[in-house]
This record gives sequence, C-alpha cells and structure tokens, in this order.
Amino acid sequence: MLEGFKRFTSNKGAAIGLFILLIVILTAVLGPLIYSDSPWRMVQRPFLPPFTVDGLPLGTDALGRDVMAGLVHGARVSLLVGLVSTVVALVIGVPIGAAAGYFGGLVDDALMRFTEFFQTIPSFALAIVLLAIFQPSLFYVILAIAVVSWPPVARLVRGEVLSLRSREYVEAATLSGQSTFQIITRQILPNALPPIIVLASLMVATAILLESSLSFLGLGDPNVMSWGYMIGTARTVIRTAWWLSFIPGVAILLTVLAMNLIGEGLNDALNPRLSRKSR
Amino acid sequence: MSLLEIENLAIALPAGADRPFAVENVTFSLHKGEILCIVGESGSGKSMSANAVMGLLPEGVTPAEGRIMFHGRDILHLSEENRRDIRGKSISMIFQEPLSALNPLMRVGAQICEVFEAHNLLTPQERMRRAVELLTEVGLPEPEKAVRAYPFQLSGGQRQRVMIAMALALEPEILIADEPTTALDVTTQAQILSLIEDLRRKHEMAVIFITHDFGVVADIADRVIVMQTGEIVEQGPAEDVLLRPTHPYTRSLIAAIPGMKERPPEAEGKAGSQESPVILSVNGLNKTFSTGGGLFKQARVVHAVNDLTFDLHLGETIGIVGESGSGKSTAGRCIIRLIDPDCGTVRLSDVELTKLSGQSLRMARSKAQMIFQDPFSSLNPRARIGRILTEGPIAHGVPRVQAMERARELLSLVGLDPSAVDRFPHEFSGGQRQRIGIARALALDPDVIIADEAVSALDVSIQAQVLDLLADLKARLNLSMLFVTHDLRVAAQICDRIMVMRRGEVVEMGPTAQVLGQPNHEYTRSLLAAIPGRHHEQAMRLAVASE
Repeated sequence: MLEGFKRFTSNKGAAIGLFILLIVILTAVLGPLIYSDSPWRMVQRPFLPPFTVDGLPLGTDALGRDVMAGLVHGARVSLLVGLVSTVVALVIGVPIGAAAGYFGGLVDDALMRFTEFFQTIPSFALAIVLLAIFQPSLFYVILAIAVVSWPPVARLVRGEVLSLRSREYVEAATLSGQSTFQIITRQILPNALPPIIVLASLMVATAILLESSLSFLGLGDPNVMSWGYMIGTARTVIRTAWWLSFIPGVAILLTVLAMNLIGEGLNDALNPRLSRKSR
Repeated sequence: MSLLEIENLAIALPAGADRPFAVENVTFSLHKGEILCIVGESGSGKSMSANAVMGLLPEGVTPAEGRIMFHGRDILHLSEENRRDIRGKSISMIFQEPLSALNPLMRVGAQICEVFEAHNLLTPQERMRRAVELLTEVGLPEPEKAVRAYPFQLSGGQRQRVMIAMALALEPEILIADEPTTALDVTTQAQILSLIEDLRRKHEMAVIFITHDFGVVADIADRVIVMQTGEIVEQGPAEDVLLRPTHPYTRSLIAAIPGMKERPPEAEGKAGSQESPVILSVNGLNKTFSTGGGLFKQARVVHAVNDLTFDLHLGETIGIVGESGSGKSTAGRCIIRLIDPDCGTVRLSDVELTKLSGQSLRMARSKAQMIFQDPFSSLNPRARIGRILTEGPIAHGVPRVQAMERARELLSLVGLDPSAVDRFPHEFSGGQRQRIGIARALALDPDVIIADEAVSALDVSIQAQVLDLLADLKARLNLSMLFVTHDLRVAAQICDRIMVMRRGEVVEMGPTAQVLGQPNHEYTRSLLAAIPGRHHEQAMRLAVASE
C-alpha cells in the first residue's frame, strides 16, 4: 500500500490534484471559522467588483452579500454533498453488485434489471423529479444524487465479483466452512477495492457538478449557500457583473478537476500494469 | 558452417528487476537441419534469448552486448523494417498458447493468407491454395473445410497445427518453438512433436525448441543447451547431456524428472490398505453440463462425469488420470460439492455429503479438503498467511489463539518458517505457496484430501520437492488422498491405485503397478506410449545397468 502511495505521488497530475483538494478541504474546514458571519448577510452596496474595497476581496453580489464568504461556505456544502452522496451511492451499489455477482442466476437477473431500470432514466432528469417531489433540503439533495449515481457502482462491483468468485482461494474458503457473507466481505470485496476507489473518486466530482446544476436551477437547499446557487442567482446579471458567475465557476472547475486528477492518479497507482501498458 | 551464431549475448533488464541481466554470456550456434533444445526452469532466460533472435523483446528490456549473426549479418541491431523482412520469411516462431496466438475473429485460412500478404507474395487465389496445402501438410483433417473454420472451432492440438502451418508458410530456414506443447495433452503433444520432427526433415529446417520438459528433450533434441538464471551451464549433443551430465544443475534437473520408476517395496506393502476401512465411498456419481441451446437449437450436452463409482480406503491414495476434458477435475469438485452432482451419492466416513446443505454441509466439509493447482490464485493476495491458515478453524469454532498456534505448527510441518504467518502470499515463491496451500488443507484435520493438479504448475525440481512432502505427510498422518493429475509419471510416484478417465468415464482402474505395467485398456496404452522421454528412460536404465 505504501508503495502504491509513492507511485501515486510520483504522478505529477495526481500531486497537483491532491494539492488543490487539500486547499479546498482546508477552506471548507477552517474558512467558516474566519468568515463566521452568515454568508447571507448584506455587508456593502451591491455589485462591488473584486479588489475595490478592503475586506471584501471578491466584491459583493446583487444583494450586497460578501462573495468571498459565499465561496468559503459553499466549499463546505459542495464537499459535503460530494462525499456523503458518494458514500450513500456506494452503500446502495456495492451490496447490490456483490449479491448479483456472487449468487448469479435469478438473483443476478432481478438485481440487474432493477439497476437497468435506473440506468435507462437520464440521471439528471430523475434527480430533478425526485427533488420536485421531496422538499429541496440538503438531506434530499444528497439522497437524490445518491439514488441517481449508484447503478454504475453496482455494475462495476458485479463484474469484479464475477471474475473473483471463481478464484481458487474463494473455493478454498468455501471448503473451510466460511459463511457466504464472510466469503464476500473478507475474500472477494477487498480484492475488488482498487477499481471501486477509483470510481468513487470520480463520482465525488460528478456529485459536485450535479449539486451545482440542481442549485443553479433553484432546486438546491435554499438555506445553504452553495456554488451552484451563486451561479444561478448571478446569471441574470451576467452581462453587467460577469465575475459573479465566473468566480464560483472557477471554484467548481478546480475542485472537479482535482478529483479527476486524483482519480486518474489512483487508477495508475492501483493498476500499475494497466497504466504501463497504455503508455 | 552454422546458420545462426549467437555470440556473447547479454540482455539487460530494467532497473528494479531481480537481476541486472535476463541472459548473460550466451553463445551458441545453430546448424542447418538440427533441432536445438534450450532447457531451463521458469525465469532461466530461455525464452528471452529466443525472443532476441526475433526482435520481440518486451519494452524496457534491451540487448546490452553481443551479436546474433544470420547469413553474415548482425540481426540484433536491425531496424524494425529490415527485421520485418526476416520475420516469417527466414525465421518464424510458434508459441505456447495456440488460442491466444491466433486471432479469434479471423478464419484460419485468412490468417495463413495474411503471412503471404505481409510479404507481398502470390495472388489471393494462390494464397488460399497454399493455405489448403499447408494445412494438409500439417495433418489437419479435412483441410478444405478447416480453412473456413474459426480458431474456437478447433481443438488445442489442431490450433497448434495451424500455428505451425503459418510458421511454415514462407519456408523459413529457422523455426523457433517456444514451449509449443506445454499447453497440450500428452497424446496431442506426441503428435505435434512427431510433426515437427517430420517437417524439419522434409524442409531441412533448423529448429530452436524451448522447453522445460526433459522428456521432450530426450525425444527430439539433437543438441541441448541447459540454462540457469540467465546463463548457459551446459551444452552438447543430446546423448551426452542427458546420459552423462557434467554440471550439477543439469544432474539435479534430470534427477527431478518424475520417472515411471518402481515404487520402493515398503510403500507397496503399505498400499495393501485395501483391508483398512473405507473412508470415502462414491456411488453412481453423474454430472452433465449443457451449453448453448435455445428455442430452435438443441443444447450441447457434455457428460463430464458418468457413473463414477469407487471406494477410497484409509491411508490410500487414488490417482485420477486423464487428458483435459476427461472430467477428472469435475469429479474431484463434485465429490467435495464445489459443484453439485446431478445424481449419485458420496459418503465420507459415515456422513452422506450429497444429502447435506447449508450449515451442516459447511461443518461436514471440513473433513474433506482440497489442494489447488495454481499457487498464485489459490491464496488471497490481501490476506496474511496467518489469516489464511486460521480462517477455517475459526469458522469451526476454534479460538483464535489456538488456531494461530496450530498455524505455526503446520508451517513447520510443511517445511516453512513459522514466522511466515505475518507475511503476505506475494512474498513467497510458487513452491512455497503450494506448501502454504497444503498447510491450509491440513488445518482442519481432514480425513480426505483432494489434490487437483497440485504440482502441475511447478518447475520439475520444485515439483519433486512438493511430491516428496506429500508422500511424507501421507505416511506420517495416514492421509487418504485423491490425486487428480494429467501426468502419469507424477501419478506413478505417489498413487497406490490409478483410475484412468476418458470423456467422463472410468476406462481402467487398478493398482499403480498393474495399470502402468500391464494396462488392459487401449486408451491407457496410448497414454503411456505418448509420454515423452520413454526411450531415454530405457537408455538411462541400460546405462545404470552396465555400470
């Protein structure tokens, strides 16, 4: 594992990604302590461009709120939504995929048809419908994102389990009297971990994008300041105050890019043979 | 004058490999029309030297020194373009695994035509005609039909014949064969060997034959080169190397060949365990697999195991021998319920395994354990050896501390250091892993052990060690064993009785000496006749007798 970490950090892109992510995490954790006031509070006159007034480095938005404070609080929301919804998607997808791959036959058919049912609906449309039904609170935003993003996890895990379950060490575990649950969790899943980790890191990025898109459409939680919400409210003034959409946009871009770089780096580090071949 | 001269060849491995050079100081020559065998265990660099001749070195591996002279030209440092000219036309190659060496989506005929096409020879019609001729020459049945077949429609031996036909297409002066028969059954192997022998005589072709099997060497080689960790340790005419080896490594390799030796009489005496109680009783076991099939198509039904009936006595070892597809592995897995049999009964001491399910099956199964073929996939790569050896006992209610204690004992029993419990499988060699697999099988104190090709994936010298270990454990712990193998020589060494299977049926069963000495069934005789190196063994015996 240590060797894998060395390989990971020796990848330049991955190191940059990790660096950006660390900054975002630090901002999310420490930022709200510095900007302890509510980001919704009006602090100055509206439409102040960046770097014009001391103490407001990124200026103010259409209602005179501090853009910097919004950005800092938004980081916390974006990361929270990205991480939690990915974890929830894994919690749904991994057991379904593992069961389908291990038991095969009817169980596999039933679970995979169920998965395909979710896959055939465009995920963004489904998320919008779900949020239109429930109240748009942070809890439901996370739930909606998780519900639309677990099918690829299930499919990936199923494939991995299918190929691992016929290994001889799994047969040996069966013969030694271990229970099915033990075989799946202790013999098979640990060996299926590398591709799942890679997929999860990329899912965090998609979840952040999805949350931003939902907030942009006004379907996010109205009580939390998020990057998507900031872009959404600024779109009406994009010609007069373009920076109001641009700044949170850059934040999203950098975070998603960082997650993708990390995902790619993890892929190379965990599948060293694959990456060497592709070069 | 020799055809190919390799002088002082050294091939560098990338930094971080286990040694700086894959091969070093390799010097040999190849004469017209001779078969030169390069022998060595895995990792000896035997394939690497041949790949250097073809310019097929893997990325990161580069020739560091030396020359390969072919027709007065150094072909080691040729450009890719000039090399392409030589490949196929002057030197061609056949590989170990004929399935992966052929394009699965192209008809066989088209693949042979491609060889001509690559060198811009002949018209399309002539190419097809030549393809049919070539397939006829390599002895493929119904060559006109075979040119239109896809690789998956042919058997392993037939695919290898197609590969040979492709290699012969441009009548090369040198044929390099890299373990061409390792993936094949003995009878098929014997046919392919005689085909290569015939062809070289007819075309006066020189053959470099890479193998790990001294039996094969004894059958076809004119000259032999023995390699160990990248260096040539001995070379010379076949009779000299095989009968009067000078280097200790060659001697140890030859001694490790499992011969059809007579077993020592005291083992024979013990084998009279027919009077001891029956421990495993198999009755009328059947398993059929059906593949394909649909609304309008009849499913293909394969009788993998057909009415298998036998008794295994306490302390006895029965060998289940057969070629691939004979159902021997399926039989082993059905007995232990890794595959559910269609009908029939399996009684282990006084429990009927075939009637159990769920928890009671899990408990009963601890009395029958298995040793697997592939030492690399039979151990969980993410579990420490301690965990691998204790999981079974813990699942059966043994306290962790006690199970760990037992794991250490088992490791020293199979000849490993008890401190191995804290290490991961990848830190061990193939032979050591197989010892761990044996320790795992013993961890639950089984009554019966089923060894499924337990030594087939190992080098001969390691194979001999593991067989010795098994024989020793068998004697010490009075184990009863089912030994599934394709290799009659291995079976001869360890089994009390032998059961020969063909297409799911037992064709012959009896004491080892009788089955191997006076086989009743024609199939057993053909299997015995196909074992490579039989003449050599007689020669050895004569040589020993005359001394």
